[in-house]
Amino acid sequence: MRWETVIGLEIHAQLATASKIFSGAPTRYGAESNTQACPVDLGLPGVLPVLNQRVVEMAITLGLALGATIAPCSIFARKNYFYPDLPKGYQISQYEDPIVVNGTLDIRLPDGNTKTIRVTRAHLEEDAGKSVHGLFPGYSGIDLNRAGTPLLEIVSEPDLRSPAEAVAYMRSMHALVRYLGICDGNMQEGSFRCDANVSIRRMGSEQLGTRAEIKNINSFPLSKRPLPLKSNGRLKFLRVADRWYRRRGSMTPTRTKPAACVARKTRTTTDIFPTPTCCLF
Amino acid sequence: MSGAGSFPETLTEQAKALAAGQFSSVELTQHYLDRIKRLDPQVNSFINVCPELAMAQALVADTARARGEAGPLSGLPYANKDIFCTAGIKTTCASRMLANWRAPYDATVVRNLAQAGMVMLGKTNMDEFAMGSSNENSWFGPVRNPWDLERVPGGSSGGSAAAVAARLAPVATGTDTGGSIRQPAALCGITGLKPTYGRVSRWGMIAFASSLDQGGPMGLSAEDLAMLMNVMAGSDPRDSTSVERPPEDFTSQLALPLSGLRIGLPREFNDGNLSAPIAASVAEAAATLEQLGAKLVDVSLPHAGMAIPAYYVVASAEASSNLSRYDGVRFGHRCEAPKDLADLYSRSRAEGFGAEVQRRILVGTYVLSAGYYEAWYRKAQQVRRLIQTDYVRAFENVDVMLGPTTPSTAFRLGENADDPLTMYLSDIYTTGVNLAGLPGLSMPGRAVGNLPVGLQLIGNYFGEQRLLQIAHQYQKQTGWHLARPAFAEL
Repeated sequence: MRWETVIGLEIHAQLATASKIFSGAPTRYGAESNTQACPVDLGLPGVLPVLNQRVVEMAITLGLALGATIAPCSIFARKNYFYPDLPKGYQISQYEDPIVVNGTLDIRLPDGNTKTIRVTRAHLEEDAGKSVHGLFPGYSGIDLNRAGTPLLEIVSEPDLRSPAEAVAYMRSMHALVRYLGICDGNMQEGSFRCDANVSIRRMGSEQLGTRAEIKNINSFPLSKRPLPLKSNGRLKFLRVADRWYRRRGSMTPTRTKPAACVARKTRTTTDIFPTPTCCLF
Repeated sequence: MSGAGSFPETLTEQAKALAAGQFSSVELTQHYLDRIKRLDPQVNSFINVCPELAMAQALVADTARARGEAGPLSGLPYANKDIFCTAGIKTTCASRMLANWRAPYDATVVRNLAQAGMVMLGKTNMDEFAMGSSNENSWFGPVRNPWDLERVPGGSSGGSAAAVAARLAPVATGTDTGGSIRQPAALCGITGLKPTYGRVSRWGMIAFASSLDQGGPMGLSAEDLAMLMNVMAGSDPRDSTSVERPPEDFTSQLALPLSGLRIGLPREFNDGNLSAPIAASVAEAAATLEQLGAKLVDVSLPHAGMAIPAYYVVASAEASSNLSRYDGVRFGHRCEAPKDLADLYSRSRAEGFGAEVQRRILVGTYVLSAGYYEAWYRKAQQVRRLIQTDYVRAFENVDVMLGPTTPSTAFRLGENADDPLTMYLSDIYTTGVNLAGLPGLSMPGRAVGNLPVGLQLIGNYFGEQRLLQIAHQYQKQTGWHLARPAFAEL
């Protein structure tokens, strides 16, 4: 029996603004911990978010470059979950009404042909802070410099059929956001990172299989590593994962990204946070 | 004149006297600080008094006046609800969670009042996180009603209302999410204005339910509130929901006659919950306004009965999310020796929040959770739209509406404490105004025995001036707002 790989990518592009998405704090990378966060980023009582206009302009720029529809009215939503580096107990993101919908991006295939990949949506959201483990004996540290950094999450349709296509798509999008000047594309610093939703199905089938999510692919070489699915081991893994998710009933194929994200966070909580007393510095 | 000697009681009169040099701001401020020290132990209207800051601000105001630089509110004292952040001074929201928290910034309202030269006497008691209608839900103990110390002052701005009624401050700030300015104003016999949503900045005003919360002034007369509105209102670049409008002088229309104004009387407010003496008080006020030239019109708000359930779904949902930040990680109460992260969260929050706050967080989390969202939260938002449409339609035929603020006068401490549903019903006539985002004002009408009665005026969007004008004309005619509790004589 022949199998086919189906891949959709979610790219998080950090927008190259001087200040954060909802506050005036600077976004400089590599600064001393907790020096790039103001009361809004810290989620102090009484603060309110004010949307950075540049962020909207940058999202629209990408939308136009993708030939997408720019939503005349776009809404921010709160994803509520508890995590120590999420200061407000929710992430401000877009859910039902993203700013960019229905675009396309042409990619160049290894054989020289061009393929058009559909871009479902691109939405604005704020990044969370960072938990630092192992630096303080008995404690975990929290660095909120990154909290509130503007991200554009660019979601493709599951139009990619091989790891090579996925890499080509990533490279095209990377070149585009850099050309547009909306993202510096620095993968080491996490300015451009990618999650892959991968599933397999029998060749010729119209139905999508249960997807597995591969998080935080932050370099092109790395992107080639987890994606190749030709080996039997990977196939087997996916089939096992498929059954496991179905049995657990929690990560079904229809499950949306937010829920999956919450599930991951909750697991992280119990897994690598045994000593809960946190300090800010 | 109060038991306090030779100081006039209303802000308007105090402003005139200060301008005429009859006394200084330092003397006036000292007068209130003395009264607070002597009498507040019986009322518990303040959580924190700040004598040093107040005297310093008073001195600055006097100095400015000597240089001829005093504005209309310069040197006048006020009490500040402990929900407005004040840089360097504790802001507790009456919660154990924030019992020792100091904001690093001033709320825009606080900054505006300070820039106008006003003197902050202290931070007033309230229901925890503004959730409550009796001021019994405070980590710092209940507030007592100056008209009868065995009764509640209403809530959540109960400390502000009681402080003004007891003449411990001439005016105060309040916030109103479902009636939290108007209901305590009614129960304490003072005047309170909940402005149009977006009229007053919410920056630095600790959030309860963001789509409903609105700050506003409380005081002894409509005139006094108009003076405060001149400073409190205005758009704020830090609050994206504040509305950009040309500045208004809220005192400019107070003197206009009421002839030709159409005042609607919503028939749904005459329901089974309304006590007969309050209904009589409202009817008497309507007759008075008619004598003053207004025309009375019967109006209908068909969905008024659904306001309370819709309100408690929407407000609790937003509260559950807004209060997630109190997790014991970065600020506020943290439990001792947590075992793990889940323990840190659950014990910090269980210890830091009182019973009513926890109840609303649970309700809010439930109505937002997957599978219940459509049945509860979305439905409540749909009802909210129906309620708003009712008001918009009614305002096609009337300029304002008149009704009761509360179904009953002040109840006894502890009387409804174990019965949340009865407690929630004390906001039955006020929550619809918040759901629709409209301005509402409560002012004293004919009292029932020794207990004040609140008359509620509801205005169209940005119709605060109209409300203040009607209230001022009514107050000039009747003088109910000048009735004072015996406690004020002390």
